[in-house]
Parts: sequence; C-alpha cells; structure tokens
Amino acid sequence: MSRETMLGAIRRSLRRGPLPEDQAEMLRGRLAAHPRQIIPARSRLDPAGQVALFIANVEKEFGTVARVASLAAVPAAVAEYLAAQNLPPEIRLAPHPVLRQIPWADRPLLHLAEGRAVGSDAVGLQHAFAAVAETGTLMLPSGPHRPTTINLLPETEIVLLPASRLVGAYEEAWDLLRAEHADALTGGFMPRNVMLVTGPSRSADIEQTLELGAHGPRRLHVLLWEDAPPA
Amino acid sequence: MQISSPAFKQEAHKALVDQGLQKALARAKPFFQAKRAAAAAALPEFEALRDRAREIKNHTLAHLDLYLEEWAGRVERAGGQVHWCATAEEARAAVLGICERVGARTVTKGKSMIAEEIGINEHLEHHGITPVETDLGEYIIQLRREPPSHIIAPAYHLNREDWEKSFREAHTDLPAERVFHERRDILTEARGRLRERFLAADVGITGANFLIAETGSSVIVTNEGNGDLTQTLPRVHIVLASIEKMVPTLEDCCALLRLLARSATGQDFSVYTTFSTGARRADELDGPEEYHVVLLDNGRSSMLGTEFQDMLRCIRCAACLNHCPVYGAVGGHAYGWVYPGPMGSVLTPTLIGVDKAGHLPNASTFCGRCESVCPMKIPLPNMMRHWREREFERHLSPSAARTSLALWGFFARRPALYRLATRAAMATLGWLGRKRGRFTRLPLAGGWTEGRDLPAPEGATFFARYAAAQRAGGGR
Repeated sequence: MSRETMLGAIRRSLRRGPLPEDQAEMLRGRLAAHPRQIIPARSRLDPAGQVALFIANVEKEFGTVARVASLAAVPAAVAEYLAAQNLPPEIRLAPHPVLRQIPWADRPLLHLAEGRAVGSDAVGLQHAFAAVAETGTLMLPSGPHRPTTINLLPETEIVLLPASRLVGAYEEAWDLLRAEHADALTGGFMPRNVMLVTGPSRSADIEQTLELGAHGPRRLHVLLWEDAPPA
Repeated sequence: MQISSPAFKQEAHKALVDQGLQKALARAKPFFQAKRAAAAAALPEFEALRDRAREIKNHTLAHLDLYLEEWAGRVERAGGQVHWCATAEEARAAVLGICERVGARTVTKGKSMIAEEIGINEHLEHHGITPVETDLGEYIIQLRREPPSHIIAPAYHLNREDWEKSFREAHTDLPAERVFHERRDILTEARGRLRERFLAADVGITGANFLIAETGSSVIVTNEGNGDLTQTLPRVHIVLASIEKMVPTLEDCCALLRLLARSATGQDFSVYTTFSTGARRADELDGPEEYHVVLLDNGRSSMLGTEFQDMLRCIRCAACLNHCPVYGAVGGHAYGWVYPGPMGSVLTPTLIGVDKAGHLPNASTFCGRCESVCPMKIPLPNMMRHWREREFERHLSPSAARTSLALWGFFARRPALYRLATRAAMATLGWLGRKRGRFTRLPLAGGWTEGRDLPAPEGATFFARYAAAQRAGGGR
C-alpha cells in the first residue's frame, strides 16, 4: 500500500501523473544504453602506461604489487611474500579455475585450503576479475569461484590479477562484466555482490590518524600476472 | 533520537567553552579541508564532474517515480524484497518485523544516517534485540551512548583519551592495567571485539550511498570493511535507504563516486565500494540468504517541486560541514538532531519542522563556503534564507528580531527617510565618539562591544559620499 502512496506523493509534488508511455520508454532506453559520463583523461594510456599507473595507485593506497611472468612463478612469489611478512604459509584459496592451474606442488610447504574464508584464516588468495588503473582498484564480483569472505576475513589478502584484465576506468571494467557475466537468477549481468577494492582496510576515526587493518585485511598484495605477450 | 535543536543557542555556548571539543575541532578541521583541496586539485575534470553530477541528479529527481519502479522490479527479480515506507514509524516496523521473523538476537550495523533518522537502535533495544555498531567511530559513540557529531566521522568530537577511557569502561573483561601505547592498540582491541560480533550476528543492517535503477543494486562506500562484513556474514541483510539515493545507471553512479570520496575524505576512491544485488545465489559459498531494502520517504517527496528540491541531490559527503565556520566552532552535537552543519540546517527543518529547527538556518554567516565546496552544487545559503523567510512568515522568530526587522523594513521602504535617519544617527554617534574615536559600550550593540570596540563613524554616510562621487563624474 505504501508503494502507491509513496509514488503518488512523488507525482503530486512533481505536479504530474505517471509518465506517459513514450517518455517512460525513452528513460528505459537510457537505462539500456547507459551512456558514459566524463572519463578522466589520466587513465587514457597505452597498456604499459596503465600498468605503471595502476602500480603507483595501489602503492599510494598502501597496497603492494609484485609482477609474475607466469602462473608457474606464483607459488614462489606467494611463499616469498609470506616469509618476508613473517606470516604462516597457510592460505585460504578461492576455488577459481585459474588458481587451480597454478603448480602448487612446487612449494609443498604451502598449505592450501579451498573454499570460503572463516574468521581464523590468516591469508587469503583471491582472483581478480578486472582492475582499474585510474585509482588502483580491483574488481571482485562474487560467484561460486570467488567467495566474498576471502576479501574480508583474512588479515592478509593476496590477489592474482591477469595483466590483460587491467583497464583504465571503472566504466571499462563494468563493460567487461556486462559482456562476460551472466547471472542465472536475474538473466542480467550483475552478480549478488561486486566489491571494488582500493588498498587494505583502514580507519582514521581516532583523531584523524590513519591506521591500517580496521576490520578487513591489514595487507593487500597484488600479484600482477603477465598473461599476455607485450604488444 | 531526542531532538535538542530548539536549544541550539545554549548548546552552542556550551560547545564554545568545552575544551576537549575545541581541541578535537582544531585538529579535525584543517585535516579535512587540506585533504579535499588536494584531491580536487589533482583531478582536472573535477569541476566538469560537479556540473555533470548536478545534471544527473536533477534528471533523476524529475523522473524519480519511474526510476524507483525500475529499480524495485530488478531488486525483486534478484530475490530481494523492497519495503516501501512513507514514515520513520513504518521503517522501524519493517526492520523489527524482519528481525523478529528470523528470531534475531544480535544485529550488526554498518554506518547509516537513515538508521539515526528513524532511531532504529532504540527501537530494536526496546524489543529485546541488541544492535551493534561496527564502524569504529560509531562503535565508540554507541558505547558512550552519544549521537554521531558528524555524518562521515561520527567520533569527530573525541580525543584519544576519550577512546581509552570508554574502552576501559566497556571492555571490563580485559586487564584493567593494559596500556594503549599507540592509537593502533585501540584499533586492535576494537577489531578483536567486533570480529566476534560479526561472526555471531543474525542480521546485518547497512545504509546505502546509492541505489541503481539499471541493475537493482544498493551501494555502500566504506574504508574499514565493516559494512561488507555486516552484509556478508549474517543470514539476513537489510539495507536502509531513502528515496533520493537513486541514480539511473552504473555510469551515472561512477560520476558521483569520483566526487564522493574526494569531497569527503580527500581520497581518490574509498577502500571498499560495494554493489549488492539480491541474496545469495544457489551456487555461492557465502553471502546473506535474504536481502531486504527498507525504502524511506519521511518527508522527502514533499521537497520535490519546492525551493528545497535541490537538497535532494545531497550525497552526504560532509564537505559543507568540514568547511563551515559555524560547524567548526561548535561541532555537531549543538545542532541537536541527526544532520549537523549546513546540509543539516537545510534538511532538519524539513524533517522535524521549522518550529523546532528554526535556529539552525539562522546559524550561518552566509559566507558561502558550503556551496563552493559542495560536489552537487547545492545552493545551501539560498535555502537557509528560504527557511528564514518561512520562519518569519509563520511568526516563529523571536519578537525582538521581528520588531527590529519590521522597523528596519519601515525605513528601507522609504529611502529619503532612511537616508535622513542614518545621517542623523551617524552624526550623533560621530559626535558622541569624537574624543576617543571608538565605543567600548553602546546600547543595543552589547553583542558587538563585548568582544571588541566599535569605531565611531567619521565623515559623511556612504550614500552621501556615493552621490558626491557621482556628481563629480568619478562614479561609474
């Protein structure tokens, strides 16, 4: 009942009834066309420039980036990072097909457990769907292969980002999702949850002084995988 | 939440002599201003984005009914439920109804100003359900049983010693002799305490920075990740959103997001910008089983089509608070309700009535800084002036103010008389002050002379000098 009351109140204030069908169609057309707004020029770069901008922005936001030449190099990169941070070699792994291709057996000391994260997990390894150079932002849509809890519960989050998935602006990342993702429930492209993550969790609530690791990860480490030959 | 806006003057006086508060204000104000200025300067498109953002919101508000229907249809297709609530009371009932149906005992909460507006915490507590604020700033003010003093930094008014004291009082199971060496130790204690709460909660309540018609999504923006834990771990996620959070598309949302963090904290982008669309899908390993949006009007639709419609563009970045000399002098609590600062001075009279909140639009120097930093270009000073007019028309302003204004109006409508009167008054004042050149005390000007001397007028009045300059041909 309140639905009609509220819509009626809006229309009364706007001094009109429901929109005529041709106008409504035009607005639905705008939703379907989703025209782009202003895209900042800073991200209009060649691929090498975008990689440099992405790394600079992640580091500006207190994350770290390591470049890996192949999936075969990932176990060593992960093991070295954890050792350098003095962290246990126990990892909650997102059940993603690309992460399963990694030759983990090369590093038998790494303990891996696939699945969603639980409160006691110290380290998570996630797969990035895409990333945005403009602000050093990772796009992590939820799904059976990419549980949301891995982005949140472990104190340390490691994210594998294929370099071919790096774009300049948010709009380009949304277009990848529109093109490649199908949601079985709605028939649309939006998954239940999409996180855009820029650096590790933080708070400045205590005297405007920045502290990392408020509730989410204290460390965010990106493994930038050179999955495509340089152009 | 209790309304103390009618006591603004007394509360402001108290705030001015509150040393702890003044220390906090002196620290926070330059911090936010410098961060915002640097972030805006680093993006050449910032000004163009402000204009575009205003257009996007104006377009949305003009077609709000259609966009709400499109959005609601997509929420429902994604397995979510929209609760249309015209009033705060309906919204409270909707939230409580969900919590009781699922047998909730504890509810975690992300930061939400709508939650403050409808007073949901008190309502849940009253019905035996424990709400737990999880934003660090909200957590401590909940421990202190205070309202937030700022819309994005709820503990803006607190100093480190306040945090330590409150944590010692609340976390009595921890050793009393523990030492907080650094701010980090305070954070670590809160993290541990709240982690247990996140994992135990039955329902998570968040706000929404945006609703997106194209996808049926709600969006939250946080730095801590508390909002994400709140909406991911419990069985049920409830979003509290007001109708003006609507934007048509993801592209429109991105335009506003490029302004939001820069205007708020001076970040290029917040750490977590999260888009939620419905409940857990059949093949997912985590996420809530139920997704509800409590959609609140509470007086907003009545602002459409009036001189206050522009206020509905507000994205709650707090730039106007951070740049306001009045907010900077008295802090947020003096304003006496949920929304302080310039945006509150415009919004609060709409939501609780100008009879209760009439002091707020008067607490402005009309310096215009709020409008100049507003990412949505909301004409805040103009709207405060509209409230002053309404207050005057409804005979709500104090009789001394009304009489003086009426007296001034009498002369202002009779220019010859006005000039004669001012000339006579200035000549008298000049003659009275001819010896010392200034007054240390003057009837009717006690407010001025209490803090400084009033210079005695010298020479002719402005009108006389202007007319003389015109005659001499020097004027243009």
